Amino acid sequence: MSVHTPIYLDYSATTPTDPRVAEAMIPYLTQHYGNPASRSHPFGWTAEKAVENAREEVAKLVNADPREIVWTSGATESNNLAIKGAANFYSGKGKHIVTIQTEHKAVIDTVRELERVGFEATYLAPESNGLVDLEKFRAALRPDTVLASVMLVNNEIGVIQDIEAIGNICREQGVIFHVDAAQATGKVAIDLEKLPVDLMSFSAHKTYGPKGIGALYVRRKPRIRLEAQMHGGGHERGLRSGTLATHQIVGMGEAFRIAREEMELENARIRRLRDRLLAGLQDIEEVYVNGDIKQRVPHNLNISFNYVEGESLIMAVKDIAVSSGSACTSASLEPSYVLRALGRSDELAHSSIRFTIGRFTTEEEIDYTIDLMRKKIGKLRELSPLWEMYQDGIDLNSVQWAAH
Amino acid sequence: MAYSDKVLDHYENPRNVGTLDKNDPHVGTGMVGAPACGDVMKLQIKVNDDGIIEDAKFKTYGCGSAIASSSLVTEWLKGKSLDQAAQIKNSAIVEELALPPVKIHCSVLAEDAIKAALADLKAKQTPAVAAA
Repeated sequence: MSVHTPIYLDYSATTPTDPRVAEAMIPYLTQHYGNPASRSHPFGWTAEKAVENAREEVAKLVNADPREIVWTSGATESNNLAIKGAANFYSGKGKHIVTIQTEHKAVIDTVRELERVGFEATYLAPESNGLVDLEKFRAALRPDTVLASVMLVNNEIGVIQDIEAIGNICREQGVIFHVDAAQATGKVAIDLEKLPVDLMSFSAHKTYGPKGIGALYVRRKPRIRLEAQMHGGGHERGLRSGTLATHQIVGMGEAFRIAREEMELENARIRRLRDRLLAGLQDIEEVYVNGDIKQRVPHNLNISFNYVEGESLIMAVKDIAVSSGSACTSASLEPSYVLRALGRSDELAHSSIRFTIGRFTTEEEIDYTIDLMRKKIGKLRELSPLWEMYQDGIDLNSVQWAAH
Repeated sequence: MAYSDKVLDHYENPRNVGTLDKNDPHVGTGMVGAPACGDVMKLQIKVNDDGIIEDAKFKTYGCGSAIASSSLVTEWLKGKSLDQAAQIKNSAIVEELALPPVKIHCSVLAEDAIKAALADLKAKQTPAVAAA
């Protein structure tokens, strides 16, 4: 069987909308276009019913009460609402926030913004495998810590934090606990009835739903209160004003329903593909897997090919769509801050590729990728003065480089 | 990011990849950049007794634009005198390869590599004169 290129291996950037999801959405654009807030006619009632049905589907995937789900425009907005909303509401209790250096920018920058308006923050470094050390986390909490935010699944390296243990520490200390779960839904089981989590952010488009829609879980027992960040018509119990995007919400509900029903089988299949990819690459000389390989979602393989620069590698393998930890690609010259936080050297961070596998990835695509990677790494290493020095037995750390 | 056709051509078919004997008194070697910054260029030139560059080789660790910049300068260097080589400016590389603003540092690095190779060659030849 032949493969169609380019091959999409960037499922953590976004996923295609599942055709079943797209199909479910369309009638809510063309036929059932009512405003779910319209209480006076059947157009509104139909839309409201669809919204509430979707809310139930989102709640079911994470074992929450539908009344604990607030619609937002995506995980970035959910993170903003959770962190700013809780920090501001409870600022009387304290003005210190704890988060992790490897969080998504939507968390880090939100916390930075709170620092600008008078909060203090601790950005805890993870261990070299990407996981948070529980004792270090406990030690970072202070009497005036009001909120902690730790992501469930890391977007770059796919490691899964021990949210239950971290949440228990927060509970002991009376700290509100927010979890960014944008990369986790459909990949790891989430049970909010058991997990000591107060706020959790979700996104639709990382789980085969449409872009532009997300949700925030806000615990009812014990009740967590937030200061709204978007003011207006008082939608979503006043927590997030703005006309609900019925078709997007329907899409998210359908995507989360499919995730709930299929994740077990799907993850087993994806794990086989990821292990096949890893097996095909790991015997290349000087390759390093970034992040813990066990406590990790099966979808992610982040790997550094030493002495090969990431952007040129991505260019060499343009038949596959992947991401690089060398942020040259995003017009700055900084290597990935996530890999740097793990203590990876700049050069290994610059040499990293993130493969993320998903629902529509095939074995043929994985085999094609392995072949292509092996060929191109060989070619680029022929071009690399660092590889030549390594082959000559020169320790690159002993060289005086002229930083520029 | 969209690369120009010329960058792609140099990247896919790099000219003059390789290594010259760095101990040869006729060979000047320049190595610039740093692995931590994401690019390292090694440029070598070999001059004949008339002071004309008869061969140039490179190896580059870096993005496509860095590889293309160094590949391009090896082409330009061949047949030039040392003085002419010293005249090569990064702006000419930017123009030839249509580099976008975020990639201008690649052309600067290539110019620095030329200067470093010329300086190495000069340093190699000067002590011989001083000793005489």
